[in-house]
Amino acid sequence: MHTTMDIKDIIKPENKVYSKTPVLLDNVMHYCPGCSHGTAHKLVAEVIEEMGIQENTIGVSPVGCSVFAYNYVDIDWQQAAHGRAPALATATKRLYPDKYVFTYQGDGDLASIGTAEIMHACNRGENIVVIFINNAIYGMTGGQMAPTTLMGMKTATSPYGRREDLHGKPLRITDLISQLEGTCYVTRQSVQNAAGARKTKRAIRKGFENSAKKKGTSFIEIVSSCNSGWKMSPVKANEWMVENMFPSYPLGDLKDI
Amino acid sequence: MALRGAIVVDTEKCKGCSVCVVNCPTNTIALSKEVNSKGYNYAYMASPENCTGCTNCATVCPDTCITVYRVKV
Ligand SMILES: Cc1ncc(C[n+]2csc(CCOP(=O)(O)OP(=O)(O)O)c2C)c(N)n1
Ligand code: SF4
Ligand code: SF4
Repeated sequence: MHTTMDIKDIIKPENKVYSKTPVLLDNVMHYCPGCSHGTAHKLVAEVIEEMGIQENTIGVSPVGCSVFAYNYVDIDWQQAAHGRAPALATATKRLYPDKYVFTYQGDGDLASIGTAEIMHACNRGENIVVIFINNAIYGMTGGQMAPTTLMGMKTATSPYGRREDLHGKPLRITDLISQLEGTCYVTRQSVQNAAGARKTKRAIRKGFENSAKKKGTSFIEIVSSCNSGWKMSPVKANEWMVENMFPSYPLGDLKDI
Repeated sequence: MALRGAIVVDTEKCKGCSVCVVNCPTNTIALSKEVNSKGYNYAYMASPENCTGCTNCATVCPDTCITVYRVKV
C-alpha cells in the first residue's frame, strides 16, 4: 500500500476532482452552520455551470432566509414580495421566453402566503422550475409554525406541539401540485447526504431541461432542516429530519411525464 | 489499484457544522480544536491516510469549503 504517499503529491491541480463552481460567488453565506439552503444553492449553481446557462438564467428569490440567494449564485435575479415569486417568474418567462427562469422558495413563502401564486402558476404550466425548500418552519422570523410543520412539532407559535384540532394537519402541497395538469415533473428530494445531494442535482437539471423543451412546470421539493429553528445541532437536525420528516414527506418522483 | 485522496478545507469559510464529518465514509475528517476568526472549530483531515477522494464531504458541505484531490496508486 502506498499509504505513505505524501499529501503534497496528491494536492496538485491535475488531481483536482471537486472544487467550488465559479457560478457560486465567494461571499460567505449568511446561513446558519449546516443549513440545507447552502447545499441547495450550490447544487443549483453546479447545474447552471454544467448546462452552460449562466448568462441565460434568471432566478426569483423569496422572502425568507433565502431572500439573499442573489448574493451567492452569480446569475440575474429578481426578489419577489412574500409568496409572489411564481407570479414574477411567470412575467419574466413570458417576456424572455428563451431564458431559464426559476423560483427558489421556502415553505412559509410557497405553502402559506404564496399558496395562490404557486397553485395557479403550476396549473397554467408556466415553463419555469420551482425549487421548494421545505424545512417545516419559518426560519427567518424565528421558528414559527408553517403549514408543513409536523404533528406534535414544537415551534415558537405551537409551544406545546402542533395539534390537529387547532392547526390542522401538515399540508403536503407537493402532492396537490402533482395533481395539476400544468406540471410535468414533480419530485421530492433531500440534501443531507451525498447520494441525496447528487439525486437532487439530477432533479434540478431535469427541471431546467424540461423548461427548454417547454414541457410545463417542474417542481422540486427539497426536504430540508432548519437546525436553528428546530433548536438542534446541524447533524442532529439532519437525523431528526430523516426520522420524522421523511415518513410525512416521502422522497421520490410524484410525477414525471 | 487503490485511490488516494486529500481534501483542502477553506478554514476561514468553514462553520464547523460537522455535516462533512458524518458523511465521510472513511472517517478522515474531524473538527479541529483550533478555531477560525469567527470562532468556528473548522474541519480538517484528522486521518489523511484514510481519504479516497470520494467527494462526499465536498458534495454535502453547505458552505462549499472543501476542494478534493484524488490519485490512482
Ligand atoms: C407580507 C409579509 N408578511 C410576513 C413577512 C414576515 N416573514 C418574513 S420571512 C417569513 C417566513 C419565511 O419562512 P420560509 O418561507 O419557510 O423560509 P425559511 O426562512 O424557513 O427559509 C415571514 C412570515 C414578510 N416579510 N412579508
Ligand atoms: S434560520 Fe433555519 S432556514 Fe434560516 S439560515 Fe438558519 S438554519 Fe437555515
Ligand atoms: S460541512 Fe463544510 S462548513 Fe460544515 S464542517 Fe465540513 S467543511 Fe466546515
